[in-house]
Amino acid sequence: MTLPTPSAAASLEVTDEIGQIPDSSANPKGSESRSPGRLAWKRFKRDRTGVISAYIVIFFFAIAILAPLIAKLYGKDPYTTYASQRPELLDAFSYPAGPNGGISSDFWFGIEPQLGRDVFTFLLYGIRTSLGIAVAATLLTTFIGVVVGVTAGYLGGKTDYLVGRIIDILLSFPSTLFFIAFMPVVYGLFVAPDENIPTSLRAISLILVLSAFGWASIARLLRGQVLGLREREYIEAAKVTGASPRRIVFKELLPNLWTPIIIQSTLMLPAFVTAEAGLAFLGVGIIDPTPDWGVMIQRGAQFYTEDITFMLFPGLSMVIFVLAFNLLGDSVRDALDPKSKR
Amino acid sequence: MSRFLIRRVFGALVILLIISAITFGLFYAIPRDPAMMSCGKNCTPDMLAQIRHNLGIDHPIPVQYWDWLKGVFVGRDYGSFGNCNAPCLGYSFANREPVLGTILDRLPTTLSLAFGAAIVFLIFGVGAGMLAAVKQGKFLDKFASSASLFGSSLQIYFVGYIAMFFFVAKLGLFAQPSYTPLSEDPVSWFSGLLLPWLTLAIIFTANYTRMTRSQLVEQLSEDYVRTARAKGLSRANVFFRFAWRGAMGPIVTVFGIDLGTLIGGAIITESTFSIQGIGRLAVDSVNKSDLPMLLGVTVLSAGAIVFFNIIVDAVYALIDPRIRLA
Repeated sequence: MTLPTPSAAASLEVTDEIGQIPDSSANPKGSESRSPGRLAWKRFKRDRTGVISAYIVIFFFAIAILAPLIAKLYGKDPYTTYASQRPELLDAFSYPAGPNGGISSDFWFGIEPQLGRDVFTFLLYGIRTSLGIAVAATLLTTFIGVVVGVTAGYLGGKTDYLVGRIIDILLSFPSTLFFIAFMPVVYGLFVAPDENIPTSLRAISLILVLSAFGWASIARLLRGQVLGLREREYIEAAKVTGASPRRIVFKELLPNLWTPIIIQSTLMLPAFVTAEAGLAFLGVGIIDPTPDWGVMIQRGAQFYTEDITFMLFPGLSMVIFVLAFNLLGDSVRDALDPKSKR
Repeated sequence: MSRFLIRRVFGALVILLIISAITFGLFYAIPRDPAMMSCGKNCTPDMLAQIRHNLGIDHPIPVQYWDWLKGVFVGRDYGSFGNCNAPCLGYSFANREPVLGTILDRLPTTLSLAFGAAIVFLIFGVGAGMLAAVKQGKFLDKFASSASLFGSSLQIYFVGYIAMFFFVAKLGLFAQPSYTPLSEDPVSWFSGLLLPWLTLAIIFTANYTRMTRSQLVEQLSEDYVRTARAKGLSRANVFFRFAWRGAMGPIVTVFGIDLGTLIGGAIITESTFSIQGIGRLAVDSVNKSDLPMLLGVTVLSAGAIVFFNIIVDAVYALIDPRIRLA
């Protein structure tokens, strides 16, 4: 974020060269190949903010994956209403009896008001749900975006024009509004109006809706990149030597697109996490009793004036995750594309 | 300029047409019967058919869409439900009222929220970004940059409640967020919206700080800025008349997009602060399965985004004469 000299881009390039000099002196042969990927990894390892952020992000993914194991060791689950077994946990107004939201050695993050569930496991499983949906949506969005963008850019002509217009239209859709408006439509496709919607279906619908509106920006970016690359000599050369379109796309174009693809997906994931939580908060995404980051915040909003502690756990953990992921995204961009300006 | 505007407005209308058609098609594809919902408990098949006919939902979907579109220009008669005058965006069976009336009722709320917040975040965001660019590498720059990075990671549905908890419930510094029409009581209009404005601004400010800073840093290192300084122009003059002018373009673009999005419904903000604007209307319509209302809100929101895109392009050309419209 903070670049010390006015000529931001220039200074970055200079540091880069300096970084390479001791390398080559330490390795007198100088012939050992260094792939762009290895160079990027070297640059990334030098970026302390990036490395710390990476550890935080890995920590979140680890607890999301290991949630059942941690819950087992901890001895509680996110669904049991502990207050019904031990009424002394909640006071007469159904708020935690203990101070600070009922935090104790038994309940590390306290107890949920009213229902009396365990906040710690609820948060663990909530992170698991939210991250799962966000990761799936990111993968699907990236896939659609890459396929559409590369196809449009490579084929050009009418296909490109048509795809361009579809992207224009998608990008002028008011996205949050469409997320909430289309959730019932997608549910309606699978279940009758008066039936209960199973959680797995809600998750799948969320992934579909988030991806349906998310691919446009990455497709537009890649289309532009491919348009530029298509005119390069090496593609011409490949064409002249009779390479099949398949080979040109997979062997010549895609390797040059990995950088923007990776950068875009790292920017997308935290956005999907917050969008998914926002939908749950509005009551159209994942709903109670399924643990979810957004569901927790929505629950917390119901009694925030009485018990703010409950709200702090999902809220702060999400801020930390999103901040770390954004910082990581910046570092990844710097490492992969050192000439890019912030 | 006028040729550009005509072309863009025409293009915008086409986009709105397509958006409304897609929305219409998708909404009415779900198995739900609005006639059944407006018929009530003692519903005879005759009555149901009568209502279906009045609503025009006994026709196939393309015909229904054509009827809806015609209604926008010439108005529509909903029989026993009443009449819907010329720009008729549909009839809400749940509210028993034309859609447009309800939307127009809610519009001042959303506009107050959006423009108020926009003024706050523009002043703070651009101001902080300018300071950071001037004090490059100094403490102030690092502070502004880290603060903006932190701010951009915050979520309104978390910060909003935290702010309400501390500033309204505990300290009583702000009034409980609410909307009073400006014409009725300017003071309570202001005090009721102040907290939502500031909270919304925290999140948006960050983005503007980052953008203003990076744009200005880039411009300040350009040759023409150095030339202007070498010529003996004052620092302030060079900063505002040269560097800032060059940096404005992208900021205007993003501002236009943000404003369009905000007017199209700051859904989460309105829900957090329980302000009854367009966004809240959309959420309520989803919960009530009020499809005509949802369609109206969607078209209006898309319209706001498209409209601000045109404004942005026109303003862009005014700022930067190198850009030719047409």
